[in-house]
Amino acid sequence: MASVSLAPGRARAGLRLMRLLPVAVVLVLIALLPQAGLYYVRLADDVLIYILLGMGLNLVIGYAGLLDLGFVAFYAVGAYTYALLASPQFGIHWPFLVILPIGAALAACFGILLGIPVLPLRGDYLAIVTLGFGEIIRILLNNMNSVTGGPQGVMMIDTPKIAGLALVSPRGFYWLLLGLCVVIGVLVLRLERSILGKAWAAIREDQDAARGIGIDTVRVKLAAFAISAAIGGLAGVIFASFQRYVSPESFTFNESILIVLIIVIGGVGNILGVITGAVALIVLPEVLRGVAQYRMMAFGFTLAALIVLRPQGLVPRSFGPARLMRWLFAA
Amino acid sequence: MTGLLLQQLVNTATIGAIYALIALGYTMVYGVLRLINFVHSELFMLGAYLCYGLLAVALGDVGAAPTLAITVAFFAVFAAVGMIGVTIERVAYKPLRSATRLAPMLSALGLSLFFQSAVQILAGPQPIRFPSIFPTTRVEVAGAVITTTQLGIIALAVLLMLLLAAFVARTRLGVLVRAVSESPRTSALLGIDVDRAISLIFFIGPGLGGLGGILYGSYYGIMYPTMGTIVGLKAFTAAILGGIGSIPGAMLGGFLLGLLEVAGTALLPVLSGGLLGTDYRDIFAFIVLVVVLIFRPTGLLGEQISEETMVYKRDY
Repeated sequence: MASVSLAPGRARAGLRLMRLLPVAVVLVLIALLPQAGLYYVRLADDVLIYILLGMGLNLVIGYAGLLDLGFVAFYAVGAYTYALLASPQFGIHWPFLVILPIGAALAACFGILLGIPVLPLRGDYLAIVTLGFGEIIRILLNNMNSVTGGPQGVMMIDTPKIAGLALVSPRGFYWLLLGLCVVIGVLVLRLERSILGKAWAAIREDQDAARGIGIDTVRVKLAAFAISAAIGGLAGVIFASFQRYVSPESFTFNESILIVLIIVIGGVGNILGVITGAVALIVLPEVLRGVAQYRMMAFGFTLAALIVLRPQGLVPRSFGPARLMRWLFAA
Repeated sequence: MTGLLLQQLVNTATIGAIYALIALGYTMVYGVLRLINFVHSELFMLGAYLCYGLLAVALGDVGAAPTLAITVAFFAVFAAVGMIGVTIERVAYKPLRSATRLAPMLSALGLSLFFQSAVQILAGPQPIRFPSIFPTTRVEVAGAVITTTQLGIIALAVLLMLLLAAFVARTRLGVLVRAVSESPRTSALLGIDVDRAISLIFFIGPGLGGLGGILYGSYYGIMYPTMGTIVGLKAFTAAILGGIGSIPGAMLGGFLLGLLEVAGTALLPVLSGGLLGTDYRDIFAFIVLVVVLIFRPTGLLGEQISEETMVYKRDY
């Protein structure tokens, strides 16, 4: 910043305060949100779940550059894990904190299971096979009546207890989800900067060159698939415990597409993009409630328009969290 | 036994012909733009609704439309859906040609949602009875009951496909289309108007998809705003199975998927002793797809893509 001001120090400090102001406002809003009406808290919970899902899928699409159109399958695996291990369905009532890692691990296993035959495929073939996988999981859930309850789903799922504290209100879930989002967000950021993250970027930019410098592309892609599936499973467990009811209805192709849209509209390969996208795409339909019956039509139109006008997403890839921090705190 | 076999064969051919017709739209667009045209399934649905709407407005009674009216409606739907396809390409895909490949795919998804909801608002979300555009007489051949609707669908779809094949192979415009799908850049260097060829593809592909909608409605006797989703998915699977980008591949893939589906419906419950119901036929079809892709990544009739064109840089 080439400042010719007479008192550069003071001007700079003032500018920095100006920049920190919106951050402070956002933090205060996040902290005060649970005091708002239940409707808003529930909406915030929704947004947070989709941020979680978006961060998971972003590993595969944004970092490794693989198009996965069946991400909702892992979400479903997590949700049904909790639903079956903590409900009268089989009379099993395991604690929430035990099932959370089980759900994530199981989803990761499914990710690897899908990844092994599929990852040597490229581009659109991968997209369509993952799409098929998502549909297969949904059809299985819909038809294995004796296990999953079929189209009726699983009802009366236990409320989760954490350290003796029962999570019943959306407010409790808000804090749980917020905490988890922060943890996963930090994890994802660390991953992005790790050697694994660099390998993903190499594959994304040029798979053949990546192989040329000795990256085991299939194994590295498998890692992306497994970690992203685990995050999806995690989100699923929380979703099931929050809804206290799961059915195959919640895990359709459209849900997968919504998560892809969140990433792309927000900005591919960027956590800030995922957050922006989730807020935009979950809040937008609520705002459009005003036009009631034209809601989905307007939503679809807005999506198409957003992509045509800003194909790189609302937040560009280069404007990541590190850039934001520098912009905020460095003079 | 022969009756049952013949019956299943005709069922296969009917549903396969419809899939093949829709798959052509996917494969032609993909061949040129490397884009999964997700809005194609909605154009298929629009075809059925437009045909119904046209006949309802012109005649009042859709049930007993004379052959002439149906023929006119057929051409009108082809032209109208084709024009919608061209418009979509101009508005939603062309500005994104230099963006990542994910972008146009998602603008297509947005438009797909838009069309689905628009039809839901205009015509209502409930299914509407779609009258067969063919005479509905039943013929019994060697114990198999075949309807004239089935025969009409097969004949018309095969005729359309032959016309398309002849158009692509024999005419000047067809050469244009082939050149551009082989390599848009080289075609442009050779002085071919690439945009015109793309518009042409976006006219024919969706037009055929719209006609597929009419045939589908005639076969199942019903139409509803979300009818495109699952059929579109299957037609796209068919296109990949046959080798995406390949026109004969899409035709073969369509019939093959029809066969898989009919075989799945008829055989799965028997083979598994009633354990697996007919709902598993879609799983069956997808598993076959995965197996085919693993052993033949380019699909059954897909061209052996050279290493050079396989280098996808920054796909998504």
